Amino acid sequence: MAKVTNVLIVGVGGQGTLMASKVIGQAAMIEGLAVKQSEVHGMAQRGGSVVTHVKFGDMVNSPLVEKGEADIILAFEKLEALRWADYLKPGGTLVINDQEIPPMPVIIGAAVYPQQIFERLSEAGIKVIRVNATDLARAAGEIRTVNVILLAVAAKLLEFGRATWEEAVAEAVPSKALAVNLQAFAIGWDLK
Amino acid sequence: MIGIKKLLSGNEAIARGAYEAGVRAACAYPGTPSTEILENIASYPEIYSEWAPNEKVAVEVALGTCFAGARTLAAMKHVGVNVAADPLFSLAYTGVNGGFILVSADDPGMHSSQNEQDNRYYAKFMKMGLLEPTDSQEAKDFTVAGFELSERFDLPFMLRITTRISHSKGPVTLAERCEVPLKQYQKNVGKYVVMPANARKLRVSLEERLSRLAEFADTFPGNRVEGDGKEFAVITSGMGYQYARETLGNRATYLRLGLTFPLPQKLIRDFVDRHGKVYIIEEGEPFLEEQIKALGIPVIGKELLPRIGELSAAILRQKLLGEAVAQVTLAADAPLRPPVLCPGCPHRGVYYTINKVADVVTTDIGCYTLGALPPLGAGETCICMGASVGVAMGMAKMMPDKKIIATIGDSTFLHSGITGLMDVVYNRGIITLVILDNSITGMTGHQQNPATGFTIKNEPTNKVDIAEMVRACGVKKLWTVDAYDLAGLESALRAATTCGEAAVVIAKQPCVLLPGRVGGDSYQISDDCKFCKMCMKLGCPAIEQKEGRVIISAALCNGCGVCLQVCKFGAIKKAGDTHG
Repeated sequence: MAKVTNVLIVGVGGQGTLMASKVIGQAAMIEGLAVKQSEVHGMAQRGGSVVTHVKFGDMVNSPLVEKGEADIILAFEKLEALRWADYLKPGGTLVINDQEIPPMPVIIGAAVYPQQIFERLSEAGIKVIRVNATDLARAAGEIRTVNVILLAVAAKLLEFGRATWEEAVAEAVPSKALAVNLQAFAIGWDLK
Repeated sequence: MIGIKKLLSGNEAIARGAYEAGVRAACAYPGTPSTEILENIASYPEIYSEWAPNEKVAVEVALGTCFAGARTLAAMKHVGVNVAADPLFSLAYTGVNGGFILVSADDPGMHSSQNEQDNRYYAKFMKMGLLEPTDSQEAKDFTVAGFELSERFDLPFMLRITTRISHSKGPVTLAERCEVPLKQYQKNVGKYVVMPANARKLRVSLEERLSRLAEFADTFPGNRVEGDGKEFAVITSGMGYQYARETLGNRATYLRLGLTFPLPQKLIRDFVDRHGKVYIIEEGEPFLEEQIKALGIPVIGKELLPRIGELSAAILRQKLLGEAVAQVTLAADAPLRPPVLCPGCPHRGVYYTINKVADVVTTDIGCYTLGALPPLGAGETCICMGASVGVAMGMAKMMPDKKIIATIGDSTFLHSGITGLMDVVYNRGIITLVILDNSITGMTGHQQNPATGFTIKNEPTNKVDIAEMVRACGVKKLWTVDAYDLAGLESALRAATTCGEAAVVIAKQPCVLLPGRVGGDSYQISDDCKFCKMCMKLGCPAIEQKEGRVIISAALCNGCGVCLQVCKFGAIKKAGDTHG
């Protein structure tokens, strides 16, 4: 059986999820693996629920991760973590940014933002890593590096070494922003 | 760069393929999931590239470059082909000079579209060759092959992709550009003038050209048998191939088809003769299946597999292997997160004000279609590009006592709203057309258009003046208003809807996501708030209710100041100015 690693990156349109998936795909390329990465463009990018699939390994056919197949889900927002949690495979890990962005049905009072999301996911037996990436990015002096910090936390769980990741980050960001992004990557990577 | 592998989306790979194939001209109108094809092609200085005002013009310009001898690519989303269908139907008759590829990017599952039409039927209907790649590498390879085949068989080709091809990335091996000189243009009335006497002859030659291509289809390397699994035999194309491989792996033998019109009949017949029970795995409509069954060949297709939505490995596992469907458990109470107008979006205040004035609101295709969602709920018809104007006109003729307002974006107005406006003036319609001019084509991610003053390569160019154009159509009542000025908007709309003739209101304000626009001074809500929640009727994602209070998120607020104008208690103030 061909070995394939499945990663989902989920969040709210405009949060910078595409950059994280680009780096993971690039890292797999550097390692010489087969890789596919599937994105959503267009309407959902206007504040909708967005998901990017990244698959790499010996051979990849479908670019899409199915329910119960994800090794790692990287969630940029809590509700989106809950929405996509069924995609995690038994024993998989859910990395969640501790941020709450209410969707429009909640804002207008037509729905309720689910409570105690971390507790519910943990009770379901899911391994959850909770990250307050907004505070960490602020501490790093660049709020826009939230995505790189989250990426680094997920990267630590994958099989590639730090040098591969840093090379992949360098491919994905403009050279003038490289230093701050590598610094942010280190914050996520060194997180206990 | 040459020989190295790069991670490319299908759209990027097609652009690279066009470059390598020596393409000299490329035209398009933006539309998800096709947009990035032309955006990437435009980065090659060797290729003349343009955003046309609509898909029909894009194809007509592309016909011109093709007849002039250039390898030419035209790209659009599936519904764009409806707009461009007229010139495309004639193109198969005339044939080509330089090779011609039409990229049709279909959207099964309707991620960002109004329907999921399967444009493979268009290729058959228009009598073009049809290529269906299965990944980024093949998207590039088929682009290159398509130009050679187009010239060899004197036929246009459709390269048909779907959202998952367009927006999935995979490794692609790069090659050098092959310089293909312009073919000589020669006046040839019998070929390029499709008047009846000529068209009748071209009609005969078209069938001859197609039958030669049909013979070739059996030998095309993209049509081939793969694997030797004994449990299943599968005929498949496009994304269907990937889902089939993912599900059945080595358990099946596959006849994968890359050139799917005309079909390789001998290959298919031999395959079914050898294997007996054969499944057709294709996403969308039964395009292959119907043709194969029409040949008298028995196969299993849509009686087992869905034609609605996207196919997936999960669906195939369920239908072919009898596996159980995964249950939704954890996410059962997760509220939906539909897309929304951005914080600071200039459309928000316009729809809020229209709701105060209009009896009926028609809307059109763009970001502003989102104004139809709660809480604004403005927009009760949306059909296709430009339809807001004609639909409003028809409604006004039948319901003369209603105030009918049509709403359309700048790019969509230029695409096909202008023809509707001519009809309104000519046939004495009484409607108000609101042009939401945000100075860019927004939903598809900021493409230039004829009113922005820049080309696809971001070079300054001539600019269409929308107000002058409206006047030239014969509209006498015209207002141009700042889209953030709600009082100004309201008085213009009230005047427009009561003037008794065709009226236009241009609501101007650049898209809030344009460079340099995001992050104006944010607003906040002071203790003067009486909790009337008027500001929440705007549906701004920056305004939310928390612990019995209404708050404005400083991180999301872009400082447009629209909420300030709806607050009756003066409770909304610039941040840092709360007690002023």
